[in-house]
Amino acid sequence: MSLFDWFANLRKNEPPVQKRQEREIADGLWTKCSVCSAVAYTKDLKNNQFVCLECGHHTRVNSDERIEQLVDKETWQPIGEDIRPTDPLAFSDRKSYSDRLKDYQAKTGLTDAVKTGTGLIEGLPIALGVMDFRFMGGSMGSVVGEKLCRLIETATDQSFPVVIICASGGARMQEGMLSLMQMAKISGALHRHQEHKLLYIPVLTHPTTGGVTASFAMLGDIILAEPKATIGFAGRRVIEQTLREKLPEDFQTSEYLLQHGFVDEIIPRTQLKKILAQLISLHQPISK
Amino acid sequence: MPKTERRNFLLDFEKPLCELEARIQQIRELADENQVDVSEEIAQLEARANVLRQEIFSSLTPAQRLQLARHPRRPSTLDYIQAITEEWIELHGDRGGSDDPALVGGIARLNGKPVVMLGHQKGRDTKDNVARNFGMATPGGYRKALRLMNHANKFGMPIVTFIDTPGAWAGVDAEKLGQGEAIAYNLRQMFSYDVPIITTVIGEGGSGGALGIGVADHLFMFEHSVYTVASPEACAAILWKDAKKSGQAASALKITSRDLKELGLIDRILTEPASGAHSEPLEAAATLKQNLRESIEKLSAMTPEARRKLRYSKFRQMGIFEQGEIS
Ligand SMILES: [Zn+2]
Repeated sequence: MSLFDWFANLRKNEPPVQKRQEREIADGLWTKCSVCSAVAYTKDLKNNQFVCLECGHHTRVNSDERIEQLVDKETWQPIGEDIRPTDPLAFSDRKSYSDRLKDYQAKTGLTDAVKTGTGLIEGLPIALGVMDFRFMGGSMGSVVGEKLCRLIETATDQSFPVVIICASGGARMQEGMLSLMQMAKISGALHRHQEHKLLYIPVLTHPTTGGVTASFAMLGDIILAEPKATIGFAGRRVIEQTLREKLPEDFQTSEYLLQHGFVDEIIPRTQLKKILAQLISLHQPISK
Repeated sequence: MPKTERRNFLLDFEKPLCELEARIQQIRELADENQVDVSEEIAQLEARANVLRQEIFSSLTPAQRLQLARHPRRPSTLDYIQAITEEWIELHGDRGGSDDPALVGGIARLNGKPVVMLGHQKGRDTKDNVARNFGMATPGGYRKALRLMNHANKFGMPIVTFIDTPGAWAGVDAEKLGQGEAIAYNLRQMFSYDVPIITTVIGEGGSGGALGIGVADHLFMFEHSVYTVASPEACAAILWKDAKKSGQAASALKITSRDLKELGLIDRILTEPASGAHSEPLEAAATLKQNLRESIEKLSAMTPEARRKLRYSKFRQMGIFEQGEIS
């Protein structure tokens, strides 16, 4: 079977998109799509993994929802949940970093911008990292670096594949060079994982930019992306400023990266679990 | 460097010192013409100049250090390579369709032994800077560096890299050719090498574009160089919503060699000549050479395994966080 047939088959086998039903309107029960303006019953939207039932627009999902979508029920075991950020530089711009951290922690219920743990995906063990854009734009500081390193090291020890769902604006400037060095630190952990001939699949979601793109997002054995995500190294505005010209519409999208050879396939969210499980199963060591 | 030429690139904080130096020169000339002995006065003025120099360069603000790090007369990668090596052959190309003049490299003989040297290359003047793209490398530059580092590893040569860039190039072509992938790949690959790796920040260390050749066993910074996660200008624009706050951002980001030594992110600060590396480039080069020699000797005495372990644990411990139950 060609790769093309393989993906075509998957699409065919995909459960049909649920039809929206007429329901009584109640506050908060309905969600309007920001792209096509279709109004969907929030529960239906959730059942469709927050992909618009009309136009297929992938709205943002938080780390808890993502884990629920990907990991088999009652198999999730978090790693490093008690690791918390500090304010190592006593950084303050218009607001102090400590205050910002407290605000985001209160608002999101998260400690920092990534959740890590192990679990099963259709019965197969994985080490999974899920970045959460709600926490300071998914920016990468010491905690993101440390949690991802521990995740990757656990995977290396236990011979697990690693999957990281990327969503990040890049480095966390409030931690200065400590933040930049996390790029090297995580790449080092991935090097050890790779030396053990273990599988690593990053999944690039909207947006994946800056230091995350220039480190673990681009180091997959296989790299997947969600449709129409923004993926790039330099910010679009920075490039526009240096060149003083408008950029093409599809510049730095998943589709653009696919076209230029930097992602392997674009996978709609509703098929992600299945594809990941299939890829992992294709890389299981052949029993002798 | 002739004093007149230096005046053309004078930074604000260098001015009082330069004026004093000019006055000393003037008095000397006058005295010569009129055959008067002014050696006592000259000695006094020179002592004052020394104190002033000491005062200025020991109390530079981070923003002033950034100016020094970007000084157009600051020695560049090729300047240092030419000053410290016995032999040097530059090699070109990424074997993928490009040769980036903003990131140069080749094989050198240093203290009698072959090494691979590479680094960002800024231009010497405006024209040269345009050709060198101000030291902002493209994916082709990072892939050239990768190819040269693979070469070093194959032939057992130590890798010596020099960081001097405002950042990786942000352009349409760079994105199309995978700027992120090129840097990421280098970061991971540098952990695999058996040979010693020594990186020195010689001027400006800008973000991922700097780190892309900076995963080293020993990481040095020249005293007045800077290393930063984002340029203070960009940081000010994003966090302060005001690009004019770049001085504040430069302080807050902790970008100086002293700050980064305190944070445990660099191994050693290389002392610069009293008025900065650009005032006495050969003196700066001698310091660099001495430190590279010691470092290569020390690292060469280790097994490849031990070096890789050192490199891993060095970066593994970078990061500051809390752990445990909230008390
Ligand atoms: Zn829609």
